[in-house]
Amino acid sequence: MARKAVSVPSPAATTAPRPRSSGPARHWWIHLILIVAIVVVASPLLFALIKSTQASDVVIGPSMLPGGHFFENLASVWSGAHLGRYMLNSFIVTICVTSGKTILSLLAALAFVYFRFPLKNVAFALVLFTLMLPTELLIVALFDLISGTLKWADNYAAIIVPFLASATGTFLFRQHFLNIPASLSDAARIDGCGPLTFLSKVLIPMSWNTIGALAVIQFVAAWDQYLWPLVIMQSDDKQVVQVGLRRLIDAGGQTDWGAVMAGAMVTLIPPLLVFTLLQEQFSKGFALGQDK
Amino acid sequence: MSLTFSRPPRKPATSAAAPPEERATFKSPVLPWLFLLPTFIILAVFLYYPAFRTLRLSLFRSNIILGNETFEGLGQFAELLNSPVYHQVILQTVIYCALVVVIGLLIAMGLAWLASRPIAGAKFYRLMLIYPYALSPAIAGTIWLFLFNPEIGVINNILASLVGTRPRWLDNPLLAFGLVVLAAIWKGLGYNVVFYLAAIQNIPGEVTEAAAIDGATGWQAYWKVVFPLLSPMTFFLVFTNLIYALFESFGLVDILTRGGPVYGQTGITTFLIYQLYEDGFRNFKTGVAAAEAVLMLIMVGVITVMQFRYGNRRVHYGA
Repeated sequence: MARKAVSVPSPAATTAPRPRSSGPARHWWIHLILIVAIVVVASPLLFALIKSTQASDVVIGPSMLPGGHFFENLASVWSGAHLGRYMLNSFIVTICVTSGKTILSLLAALAFVYFRFPLKNVAFALVLFTLMLPTELLIVALFDLISGTLKWADNYAAIIVPFLASATGTFLFRQHFLNIPASLSDAARIDGCGPLTFLSKVLIPMSWNTIGALAVIQFVAAWDQYLWPLVIMQSDDKQVVQVGLRRLIDAGGQTDWGAVMAGAMVTLIPPLLVFTLLQEQFSKGFALGQDK
Repeated sequence: MSLTFSRPPRKPATSAAAPPEERATFKSPVLPWLFLLPTFIILAVFLYYPAFRTLRLSLFRSNIILGNETFEGLGQFAELLNSPVYHQVILQTVIYCALVVVIGLLIAMGLAWLASRPIAGAKFYRLMLIYPYALSPAIAGTIWLFLFNPEIGVINNILASLVGTRPRWLDNPLLAFGLVVLAAIWKGLGYNVVFYLAAIQNIPGEVTEAAAIDGATGWQAYWKVVFPLLSPMTFFLVFTNLIYALFESFGLVDILTRGGPVYGQTGITTFLIYQLYEDGFRNFKTGVAAAEAVLMLIMVGVITVMQFRYGNRRVHYGA
């Protein structure tokens, strides 16, 4: 049955017959609350942004006037405190983890949905069960394994490989594939299509929203990694930017706050960009947007 | 950590649809295992094996640097559960989680509801509320560390000129605890608003209209109609936020307070995950850290099982 999703209320919804008038006058307090809220939410970031533009003698003072020193500040941490290096490392790690997770989850979901094989339920349970094993809790043993046995402590592999499989991704793609009509895969097989061709020619083109949604959450999660890289990464020139932020603060005796704020602002850009670009896929992929 | 974002709640429409049928389009005894192989290798080597090792380590008193170990049985668990320090860590973690989850969700729900009213600029408001999704705990910690710096932070500059006081935010236990709670709520707001906005979109318009016809004021409609209708989403978010508070607090705490300042037995912002890190990698008490990990694994297990058991049974609205 089709439910009407009166969602993000469009102008049409406002003009539809309503029992009570909802003119702008009644809404002033809603505007007031929302404006106060967004100012409060934005103020720490605005503060950081303004401070990141000030010269180092102004930063420590009370002045909240924007200055013209953003690039100067950024330059001092970019090369001086290795921020550029940290950013590059985070890019490498995040892109590897995000694409690896997507590919591995697609393959796993393909196996779970389009094949019948013995022990399938057990295999699926083994994947789902890992939701209860967050890496943060395994750091002691994982440190032992990766730094002791595998000797990866100064290798990108240490912060990429353990995160390549994704229960969430497998689960999401499986749900999505199950909603694709079975007739499609039957037709594909009759046409002589193998499973991998079917995946690349049919399933993936039909899954961009789910892929996009997953990419957003995996990108943000991988970009935000902090505890594990802090523990495992021995060589500073392979460290990620989140841990790098701590190094920027600690660098030297006196923290150069203008430079640190410039660093924080730049660190914020990639996830913000990914989230903004894929926002539509994000809502649609989770079926958050509108009713089908 | 990906767990924070795991398991979006199933849409009511999907649960109302026919159960997804089993497919066996392709026939091959080998191919499915081949496709699953990379996932299983990763899960086995980097999750199941370390989990098993953690369990084993928790039974030995060991030092990862010296590489020695002696069997302790459940001794380290008994030690932890009898330790006043660990009691305090558990208690402050519970209080922290409760505050972050309850306050964070109440604020997010209210703001998401207001921002989805048919008002001018609603789209702009929604955008301005969800972008904090891109904030990381470490960035939040970094900005707040400067914001609340006693000498040069803007908060104290304002307070000094208004009331002539410069509180030492990060040295006062109560203030430091409050700051960490506020920063965590701020960081989590975008995520919660995104999911609440989505849930509000799925509320059938007739329901709120009917409430309006019956003479409900905006406030009554919110508490009596909208709040209950959002309960499945709230339920989902309680769990994701709990996991978020348990683990992602680490980056925030590590930068903002380093677990301090000391109050009673230990630092007041030393939460379970921070204690685990300290014991494992600062004090090199590997066995104790492993025992703490096992206790937390049990907590996560209970939380996850509860979500799976009760999450899907919740009353759904519509259709």
